[in-house]
Formats: sequence, structure tokens, C-alpha cells
Amino acid sequence: MIDRAGVAAPVLSMRGICKRFDDRLVLDHAGLEVAAGEVHALLGENGAGKSTLMNILTGVYTADTGDIHVGGARAAIRGPRDARAAGIGMVHQHFRLVDRFTVTENILLAADGQIGLRRASEAAAALAVTSAELGFAVDPTARIADLSVAERQRVEICRVLLLGARIVVLDEPTAVLTDREATSLLAAIRRLADAGRSVVLITHKLREVAGHSDRVTIMRQGKTVSASLDAKGLNADDLARRMVGEITPPERRAVVSAPGPDRLIATDLTVARPDGGVGIDGVSLRVRAGEILGVAGIGGNGQQQLADAVTGLAAVTRGSVSIDGTTVLPGGVAARRALGLRVIPSDRMASGLIGDLDVADNLALTRVARGRYGVAWLQRGRMRQDAAEAIADHGIAGATPTRKTRLLSGGNAQKLLLARELADGVAVLVAHSPTRGLDVKACAFVQQLIRRAVDGGAACLLISEDLEEVLALSDRIAVMSRGRIVGECTAGSSARDVGALMLD
Amino acid sequence: MEAFVTSWLATLPTFATPLLLASVGLIIAERAGVVSLAAEGYMAVGALAAAAVTLTTGQPGWGIALGVLAGAALALLFGIVAVVFRADQILAGLATVAAGLGITGVVGREYVHQTFEGVAPFDPGMLGTIPWIGPLLFGQDPLVYLALAVTVASWWAVFHTRFGLRLRAVGEDPATADVAGVDVQLHQLVAVALCGALCGLGGAYLSVAGSSVWVEGMVAGRGWIALSLVIFARWQPLRAVLGAALFGGVEALLPRLQAVGVDMPVYLGAMLPYALTIAVLIAAGVSRVGATAEPASLGLPYIRQDRR
Repeated sequence: MIDRAGVAAPVLSMRGICKRFDDRLVLDHAGLEVAAGEVHALLGENGAGKSTLMNILTGVYTADTGDIHVGGARAAIRGPRDARAAGIGMVHQHFRLVDRFTVTENILLAADGQIGLRRASEAAAALAVTSAELGFAVDPTARIADLSVAERQRVEICRVLLLGARIVVLDEPTAVLTDREATSLLAAIRRLADAGRSVVLITHKLREVAGHSDRVTIMRQGKTVSASLDAKGLNADDLARRMVGEITPPERRAVVSAPGPDRLIATDLTVARPDGGVGIDGVSLRVRAGEILGVAGIGGNGQQQLADAVTGLAAVTRGSVSIDGTTVLPGGVAARRALGLRVIPSDRMASGLIGDLDVADNLALTRVARGRYGVAWLQRGRMRQDAAEAIADHGIAGATPTRKTRLLSGGNAQKLLLARELADGVAVLVAHSPTRGLDVKACAFVQQLIRRAVDGGAACLLISEDLEEVLALSDRIAVMSRGRIVGECTAGSSARDVGALMLD
Repeated sequence: MEAFVTSWLATLPTFATPLLLASVGLIIAERAGVVSLAAEGYMAVGALAAAAVTLTTGQPGWGIALGVLAGAALALLFGIVAVVFRADQILAGLATVAAGLGITGVVGREYVHQTFEGVAPFDPGMLGTIPWIGPLLFGQDPLVYLALAVTVASWWAVFHTRFGLRLRAVGEDPATADVAGVDVQLHQLVAVALCGALCGLGGAYLSVAGSSVWVEGMVAGRGWIALSLVIFARWQPLRAVLGAALFGGVEALLPRLQAVGVDMPVYLGAMLPYALTIAVLIAAGVSRVGATAEPASLGLPYIRQDRR
């Protein structure tokens, strides 16, 4: 670790932390050092291991190997209580507040009489002191359900501080906030540090690293790749390179044919999130026949809303979508499917396949409406025959037409889904993280199937948080950030260029 | 008229008290997120245990205590199935009703129709001569006053103690309660046992104070009515007094009306409490206050989302 003059001895030091989940090494000798009174940014892509590392610090998970030292002494953190006793508190992305309770009740629940807060009046008084310190007002009698996201976050931060945290971890705190709210939060974070506390800010926003942090630690693929860099004087390019690594653009097939006419056109699409925030804001894109448009971006920047808006699952507040020149807004999923829209959702078992139905049923699901298997009575024989063919064609291991779909492995379930979606009449394919969680071989097969469908004249909108996948498959790349398309790159762009846009 | 109303009001608490006790017990369980359909069963075992012990010992006090214990014991059985082993709460509850009624049918054979000296009402003395409300307020048996005290205590416990805060947190959002260090299952078990104890007390009231005799089927659906009273009370113990008084009032009115010669089909009268129950449920459904007051995790077994 770097020992620099002017930085006090670390109050927190994590070293050699390893963590496996089901034989997958999520953390590989990761580490973090934080000094008193600093704001320390923890930067990395989705899946880099930031949250896992912090969950180990807060006792949600236990590390397989490695040490944690707090204030110079070794801390054995086996559960959330140990972490709390060591003065560590975390504000999670999903707030841990009882919606029906008032602010005070939530604080009393967490305090549970242990920290001298036994009555509502005591909790309210302590809350007033803490919130004033942070520079914002919190109404102790308000019910959580009536508060905005920003206000709930303030309650969470106050609660963590009231429980005695000296080291405060915030997991992507500004992701859910408007710009103005984020600015006020970052000011409050600075006040915390000035008061001598240490703040770990999990983020992937450059502005927060450069403008509001003292030092930065960067993680990639479970490893700490840059530890405790001085945040001043770092530029976007440098950070992006450290964060995504050097990815050599993979071999891609030469573009054989000039793309055909526009098949999918989305204009000025705007979707609100259920919590009232902006999901996507004025997204326009067009995908031509024989073309893959990749949408890159860090998760949670509107990708889900974009996929839902195009496929007809989200209520669109503004904008239009057309498939092969036919406007499909307003209009439901069925109308779009009839025009040739096919979907690979990001969570295949939640919204792609039905686990408790058998393989033949799942394959028939989107075709029964078109009468392929009879009008009133199902032609079971034909369904099974089609299923047997699909299983053979796609090499779906472990599947028989009558086997329950949930018994298939992830890769084979995805092959099944693709076999159904790409079987016939594909005009537009929306593929959202199509290779998530798959092994290398299944991954290659899925990408090959998508490519084949596109070569056959389909237009594909590929939405993925896996930058490598986007770079490998796409003919053009649109980069999303905070619900907008912030830039477009051509095929063969470097990971660094795209990464810099993602951080915007 | 005055005499009619005074005597009607005087008997109202006898009908309202078992309903009140059972619905307060159910409110406690549901506040902790557990739907305990078996109130009818708890009341039945409470009624039988109280009658049997009173017949054997001649001490209604012991009878009532055993009634409470019997209700709590049956409820704990349900709790172990539904909370510890996370069986479906609805099915476990229905099975427990059947178990409770079955046990009382078998064990109760030798106690049927034997009258005993139960709990007597206080003599209101001079206070009983106060028009309209004298006997209502001062001429009741001790259990009526106890039930009111228990109701107020439950309200205090649910809304003004740390235990109550944790209990409500478990019913609203068990995952958050868990993270805050609350033992979810323990709180649910305690709540279910309390529910059984209060239902058992309600059952004991039926046999020891209400009628001084035990007959099979004497609970007669009061456990089910108590379940709908919970919705009527919007999960507030103090509001349950109102609901219990309404239902108890209707039940008390019917025999009085017949006694003064009002011509009314017996079956229509007997149907009234149940018709009222349906009306209350429809009203709660239409006004949607029920939906907003209901504990958010009611009926959902809590399974910790461990990744490791």
C-alpha cells in the first residue's frame, strides 16, 4: 500500500480479501485502506466486486481469507452486529426502512434501546442534532412512505450515524438522485469527513471521483487494480482505462452486406420510473435490417426501461416506436410480436420462460396464439415433435419435451429461449444481457445464434452491461448514461473510448 | 323503553367480551404478520378446559387460567407449523381449527351439559339504579373489566413499547427487522401464543361466565366473526371495542326482542351477526381502508435471503 506523507494512519485497512460464490472467485485478494477524515471513492464496473467487498466489511458476508483492521486493531467481523460495534455503517442502495413507520420509529427499531435512545422524544432530538450537522432537515414524525427517495436516503444516513458509525459506506448514493439532490448529498458527505469520519463512496461517476473525493481505489474483476490514488489530477481517460482494462477488440466478421432499411425506429422515448425518477429521457434510435445496435452503459442507467419501452412492457410518457414502418404505440406486446418483435429478457426465468411448465409448453407459448397447435384443442403430438426438433437443432443438453424447464441449467435454458424466439418471422430482436451468467461455450453459441438471425435480415437491439460483448457483436454502439444516449461509436471502437462515455 | 334499553345494555358485554378478547388476540398475531385462522379452535379448547377444570375443582379462577393455557398451547402448535416450519398459514390455520374442535368433541363428552358455579357479576348496588347505563357500567362480572384492561394494555404494548415496535416491524417488513437485529420467528411465535391465550380467555368466558355450562359447538362461529372484526378494527385494539360492542349488541338484542313479543323469524335473527360480518367485510373492501391498514407482510412466511 502506498504510504504518503500527509495522510494519517489508516482507520480501516482490508487486505487480501478473497470470496467465492459457488466456485466463482468474486474477490481475489482485494484490499482497501481508508484514512480518518477522508472521502475515499471505490470505483469499478458492475460486477467488479465493490459491493461484495463492502458487504464483507459490514458483516453481510464473511470473507474466505483476509484481514480487516479497524483503528489499528484486528477486527473479527462475523455479522452485522460486529460491524456496527466496530463503528462501521453502510447505506445500501435498497434502503432498509419500514415504509409504514415514521422516521423516529425506524430509528428506534434500529437502536433497540442500546444507544440511549428509548423514547420517541430522545430519538427525535438526536435526529435533529445529526441532521443539522449534515446540513439538511428531516421531519421525525413523517412516515417513510410519504418521503421522497432523497429524503429516505437522508434518514438512512442519519440512522447510520446515530448508531455510532465512524466509517460510513455509501453504495452508489447518487444513482437515485437528481443532480441537485446529488450536489447537496456530496456536500453533506464532505461535512462528515471534515468532522473526522471516514466515508467510502462506491461510485462509477467520474465527477464524484474528481470533484468530491480525496483518494480513489479502483477494482476490476475482483481485484484491486489501483489502490489509494490521489483523486486530484486524474483524468477520465486514465480512470476509464484502469476501470475497464485494456480490451483488445475481438476478431469480428467483416461487414458483408450494407445494412438494409430501418426496421426498428424509436423516437424521443421517455419513460418514468415507478418511484417517480427518470428512467429514460428522450431516447431516439434506429436499427436497420442486418444490423446489431449495441447499447452500452453501466447498469441502472435506463437499460431496463429502454427494453421495456420497446417491447411494450413499460408505460411510455412520450415518444414513438415503429416496427417496419408500422407505429406500435399505443399497443401491447401481442401486437408487436405479431409484427415480428422477439425478446430475450435480462432475467430469462422471470420473464422469458415458465420454470414449472415443460419444455414443449414453453416452446409453444408464443405460437399457440397463431393457431399452429390447433384452435380449441392442443395438438400435443405436434408440440412434442417441434420440441424434439428444437432440442436437437440447438443441442439443449438435459432437455426432453416433457421435462420441466426449471431443471435446465442457465445456458441450456437460454438456448431454449432463443430456439423459441428465433424460430420464425424475426423482424426485430431485443436482446437484453443475453449471455449474463453463461459459461464461455454457451456464450459463444448464443452470440452465434443472434448473429445468424441478423444475417438473415433481422434488426437487433443488443442492450448489455458487458462491454466486451457489446464491442464484439455490434455494428454500431450507442452509449447510455442517466437515461440518455450520450454518444455513439462505430464498430471497432476501443473499450477506452466507450468506457469514457459510460462514465459521463 | 328505558327498562328495555337498560337491560339490553346490561347484557351486551356478556356477548361482546369473547369477541373482543379474540379479536385483540388476532390483532396482535396479525400485527406480527401471522394470519391465525384458528381462533375458533383456540376458543373451543379454552371453553372446554375452563369448564372441565371448574367442574373438577369448583374454582372458576383455575378454570379460566387453564382455558388461557389451553388456547396458548394450541396456538403454539400452529405457530410451530406455520412460523418455524413455514407451512402455509391458511392451511395450517384451518387444520388447527379442525384439531381444536375435534379435541373438544372427544375430550368434552363427559362434561357435556353439566352446570357449575361460574363467575358471577358484581352487584352494582346503588350504582345499578343509574338510568340506562348503571348496570352496563357497574354490574358486570370481573372478566369484562379484565378484558377491557387487556385491550388497553395490548394497545399500549403494540404502539408504545419496544416490543410492540419490533412486533410491528416484523409484520410490516421482516427483512428490515431482521437486519435491525430482531428475531423474526421468536416475535411471531410470541405473538401467536398471545393470540391463543386471549382467544382461550374468550372461550373460557363463554363457558365459565357466559353460561356456566359446556356444550359442544358453543363457540358457534365467534372465532370467525372475530377475524372479520380485526379488519373492522383496522388492526387497532381500541377500535376492536367498538366492533365487539356492535356485534355483541346485535346478539344481545335478539332474545330481548323476542321476549317483548316482536314477531321476527328466529332464523333471520340468528343469521344477523353473519350477515353483519359480510356487510362489514364488503364495507372494508370498498372503502379500501382495510388495504392500507393491513400489515404489509401479513400471511407471508419470512425466509432470510442468504446468499451463503
